[in-house]
Amino acid sequence: MISQFFVLSQRGDNIVFRDYRGEIQKGSAEIFFRKVKFWKEDGEGDAPPVFNVDGVSYFHVKVAGLLFVATTRVNVSPSLVLELLQRIARVIKDYLGVLNEDSLRKNFVLVYELLDEVIDFGYVQRTSTEVLKSYVFNEPIVVDAARLPPPGPGSIFMQGTKRMPGTAITKSVVANEPGGRKREEIFVDVIEKISITFSSSGYILTCEIDGTIQMKSYLTGNPEIRLALNEDLGIGRGGSSSHGAVILDDCNFHESVHLDSFDVNRTLALVPPDGEFPVMNYRMTQVFKPPFRITALIEEAGSLKAEVIIKLHSAFSSSITANTVLIQMPLPSFTTRISFDLEPGAVGNTTDFNQANKRLEWGLKKIVGGSEHTLRAKLTFSQESHGNIVKEAGPVSMTFTIPMYNASGLQVKYLQIAKKSKTYNPYRWVRYVTQANSYVARL
Amino acid sequence: MAPPAQSKRSASPSQPSGKSEVSDLKSQLRQLAGSRAPGVDDSKRELFKKVISYMTIGIDVSSLFGEMVMCSAASDIVLKKMCYLYVGNYAKGNPDLALLTINFLQRDCKDEDPTIRGLALRSLCSLRVANLVEYLVGPLGSGLKDNNSYVRMVAVIGVLKLYHISGSTCVDADFPVMLKSLMLNDPDTQVVANCLSALQEIWSSEASTSEEASREREALLSKSVVYYFLNRIKEFSEWAQCLVMELVAKYVPSDNNEIFDIMNLLEDRLHHANGAVVLAAIKVFLQLTLSMTDVHQQVYERIKAPLLTLVSSGSPEQSYAVLSHLHLLVTRAPYIFSADYKHFYCQYNEPSYVKKLKLDMLTAVANESNTYEIVTELCEYAANVDIPIARESIRAVGKIALQQYDVNAIVDRLLQFLEMEKDYVTAEALVLVKNLLRKYPQWSHDCIAVVGNISSKNVQEPKAKAALIWMLGEYSQDMHDAPYILENLIENWDEEHSAEVRLHLLTAVMKCFFKRAPETQKALGAALASGLADFHQDVHDRALFYYRLLQYNLSVAEQVVNPPKQAVSVFADTQSSEIKDRIFDEFNSLSVVYQKPSYMFTDKEHRGPFEFSDELGNLSIGTESADTVVPAQIVEANDKDLLLSTDEKEEGRDPSSNGSAYNAPSYDGTASQTQIELAISSPSVPGHALPSSLAIDDLLGLGLQLGAATTPSPPQLKLNQKAVLDPGSFQQKWRQLPISLSQEYSISPQGVAALTSPPALLQHMQGQSIHCIASGGQPPNLKFFFFAQKAEESSTFLVECIINTSSAKAQIKIKSDDQITSQAFSTLFQSALSTFGFP
Repeated sequence: MISQFFVLSQRGDNIVFRDYRGEIQKGSAEIFFRKVKFWKEDGEGDAPPVFNVDGVSYFHVKVAGLLFVATTRVNVSPSLVLELLQRIARVIKDYLGVLNEDSLRKNFVLVYELLDEVIDFGYVQRTSTEVLKSYVFNEPIVVDAARLPPPGPGSIFMQGTKRMPGTAITKSVVANEPGGRKREEIFVDVIEKISITFSSSGYILTCEIDGTIQMKSYLTGNPEIRLALNEDLGIGRGGSSSHGAVILDDCNFHESVHLDSFDVNRTLALVPPDGEFPVMNYRMTQVFKPPFRITALIEEAGSLKAEVIIKLHSAFSSSITANTVLIQMPLPSFTTRISFDLEPGAVGNTTDFNQANKRLEWGLKKIVGGSEHTLRAKLTFSQESHGNIVKEAGPVSMTFTIPMYNASGLQVKYLQIAKKSKTYNPYRWVRYVTQANSYVARL
Repeated sequence: MAPPAQSKRSASPSQPSGKSEVSDLKSQLRQLAGSRAPGVDDSKRELFKKVISYMTIGIDVSSLFGEMVMCSAASDIVLKKMCYLYVGNYAKGNPDLALLTINFLQRDCKDEDPTIRGLALRSLCSLRVANLVEYLVGPLGSGLKDNNSYVRMVAVIGVLKLYHISGSTCVDADFPVMLKSLMLNDPDTQVVANCLSALQEIWSSEASTSEEASREREALLSKSVVYYFLNRIKEFSEWAQCLVMELVAKYVPSDNNEIFDIMNLLEDRLHHANGAVVLAAIKVFLQLTLSMTDVHQQVYERIKAPLLTLVSSGSPEQSYAVLSHLHLLVTRAPYIFSADYKHFYCQYNEPSYVKKLKLDMLTAVANESNTYEIVTELCEYAANVDIPIARESIRAVGKIALQQYDVNAIVDRLLQFLEMEKDYVTAEALVLVKNLLRKYPQWSHDCIAVVGNISSKNVQEPKAKAALIWMLGEYSQDMHDAPYILENLIENWDEEHSAEVRLHLLTAVMKCFFKRAPETQKALGAALASGLADFHQDVHDRALFYYRLLQYNLSVAEQVVNPPKQAVSVFADTQSSEIKDRIFDEFNSLSVVYQKPSYMFTDKEHRGPFEFSDELGNLSIGTESADTVVPAQIVEANDKDLLLSTDEKEEGRDPSSNGSAYNAPSYDGTASQTQIELAISSPSVPGHALPSSLAIDDLLGLGLQLGAATTPSPPQLKLNQKAVLDPGSFQQKWRQLPISLSQEYSISPQGVAALTSPPALLQHMQGQSIHCIASGGQPPNLKFFFFAQKAEESSTFLVECIINTSSAKAQIKIKSDDQITSQAFSTLFQSALSTFGFP
């Protein structure tokens, strides 16, 4: 049970504010925002998603640069409230197509309508976009996607292969297309996030893939869908391990999924509700081939000087291209200057020395599979390094996005839609993407 | 549509601005109110949106009340909804104006369209004006009977709203009874769920004054109601499922079959993508199996994978909530998670609130087999750019050092920290080295050599400085420069801002004086003089006290300031086991995230449906009155005789036996070296098993060889292999007999490892003719009751055995009607226990 719900902009302005129970004094949004702001300034890092000020518990999640906040005086389940906040954000996104400060401000009346139906007197009523449709009457004012700020991680499909309709992911579930009729289509995205730590000798210390099969359906009439995965997919440590099989540690499913035939032939059956939702989340710690190998080296080169060499090897097929690659490396705090030395003929590279954080940053717009890239940097120090210089620098971390690639080997073998008629042939998009979550090489 | 006016965004609610805009709106609304021109609804919509946007940013637009109500007489539903929102916001402050809206809301409550009926009813109940409640009863009554489920859903929550405005009106209108019948009969599960929420709130708050309400509240936990909900659980929305499972967690089944039925039914909830559902299911599993130790363990094993998946699949915020719960489970049963330590490694981009939890978990799961890897990982973080986390990591290494048997490797790491020459690393490491020396004085030689090289000028943080000064005083006989460093520090007395440091300085220079008087005398004089002149009361008092003590008698002063010390065996846990148990009882609530039981952060009336404490009389704390004992908990209360909750165990512990068991040699000056050498050499002399050396060997990680070596040979006491005793007579005897022996033993690491499956111990003991009659508790605190009978006679031995797996100690109380042979039996029991875990 929650008492209030509000959305704050990055600067702390109220964009929507709904008080459900009237039991918390005025000014809670200000109290909350000040606390979050000063938490960071006091050097304690980010404010935790749940904290208590004078008997009031504040919950928040950050979505698209906005703070979604709930308050309560009761000892509730923190998971429930945080899941709810995330869900509210998703429902709003389903409606508005794009979720950001601008779209929210333009549609705040619609958002109030949604909030009234989602929560009553602090109790969750209904959160399915599908059900809410019949109780919400405002038409969304769709924000022009072209005017959007640079794409964030949510819009990973906008670049890259042309086969994907870029605007689809930012299309409202309820708004009509300009042409009048809605396009019948369904998106299934297999999104994987890699966490890996390489030791200084290049040996893999820990690795994990966290994957989600995300679905967004624009199909009318809610036909049943069958989604077949690798037949030899194993789950749990006890799973059969035929050679080369994908073995997941564990997974969970959206409640619309029927698992009746999952144990037999790894097929998921579901009637997808409108809007975006995760069909299945999975986790894998089985050893896999990492898409990138990084080796980094820092060596003293005379007094007040050192050299850094970072080598990057892309280990995936040459038909695939990784983009928005960024490599970062913290340097000794007494570093004053860097001169970079890229390979001859390097294209689309950016190098920078972030003075404030004493960090080396190397960006690569595109990396084709099977290629190797090297960066050399000469450091100048303001003082002699005392101890071991290796302890003063690193680790090297990396972020990237690789469309049409997945590291686990989990695949959607087919996507079957129950046909309503012979002419019914909706568009189906099955897309893969792999991103770095925590991709680290130690020195 | 215009977005909220840019200029208004910064307006603060305390200084309402935009008065001219508001009066502008007022006149525009007036114009439109009577108009029937085409397109007027669109213009109204625009104006309404403006009003609401002002309201959102905190500008007071309540003066428009009349105009808003007039304008919304139209049939446009979008307009209506905006007006409802507006009215709900301002009615409370303008009760007279609110009366204006009653009419049209009541009319809308009878509209043909169920959506309008629902909306109007919701708004009507949201006015929160006490003198209007009479207008609510009628529409609510018909709303509850409406044939549309949306209206019923709204009406049920409406009843709850009415209850909060006027409890008596709500109860007098018999609404709770109607809700109860709806709850048990309505085909729509959201209506049912709302009834449950509403009734829980109403009856909990009525229960203090009304017998009937408290009976009704208990009835929610009856078998029939709980089964009714369980049977329909899949029809409920995911949020309502959480509500139902929260209820089920409080239900106490009558037998084990019921428990397994419920768990089988809810098993697939563990695979839900919504973390709240999974945690609610886990709570049910944990609560139901509390009294079944082995099944409870299996539950831990079973929930591990789903929890880890949730941690890595959601947003950082969601994973934090789940991780907090995982943290709680890990600290309760570290050995179950000790193989999963890699999951608790920090990722560089995680928020610090996640990292802190993970560091804590790494500390908890560290054991002999994984410590090396964990400490290696932690050392990586110590060099991290994120300084708060680097500090936490060093502290974690220190905590592991204090809880491990094998500290050699860790001490080396800590000493390396001191050589890293980063101020904060040095500071943290100094504090740790100090704590380490208090527990393991035998390491002083190695540590002092390194600490001696640290220039006190490089240490600025008060805690670290105090630690350094403490070591200078404590080990001044081994540190050549000690008197001179102290002298230097005393010279700069006035520049030392921290009273803590000055206090330590006084004590250290005293200690140094007793060991190296000629070199220190001058410094001591200076310190006492500065101390007496100090403006800080404590510093002044301590200086005065020392001064007079020295005047009175030097040797007494030495005894007071520098007495022989015992090594600290276990640093006090910051939380009592009672508090920990309470937090566990409040699983899946904020208590777990805050690591505090709910009474510490909520007001009594806001404790909500999650609170267990009031119902568990045996756990009541100070301010709380243990008023109601729900029948559901009676089973537990009956069991109390045999299975005490952990807090009572704590009280029952004899402090003196505690002290002697942890006895370690004192380390005053010269004596320490020899005693330590003696203790270390003892394993090579089998059979030479003084209790004190036993403790020391254990600390050194040599407990293994020694455990085997010191096993006393079984004495000549024969036990009846087929002894029988029914629980009733056990309990009776236990009450009647005095304790004939009370002891504490150490358990071998193998024994602790084997205890992951407590039934194995029971089997093992049975092999020695010692039978178990009851067992319980959760790791690390396990509790067993055993009995045995002499082979030839009828005399019986009763044993209460409390094993703490994290400290590897067993506390044993023996009662017997044959006092003479108790000692022999105790030896036999100990030998049986010491061979547990060895093949």
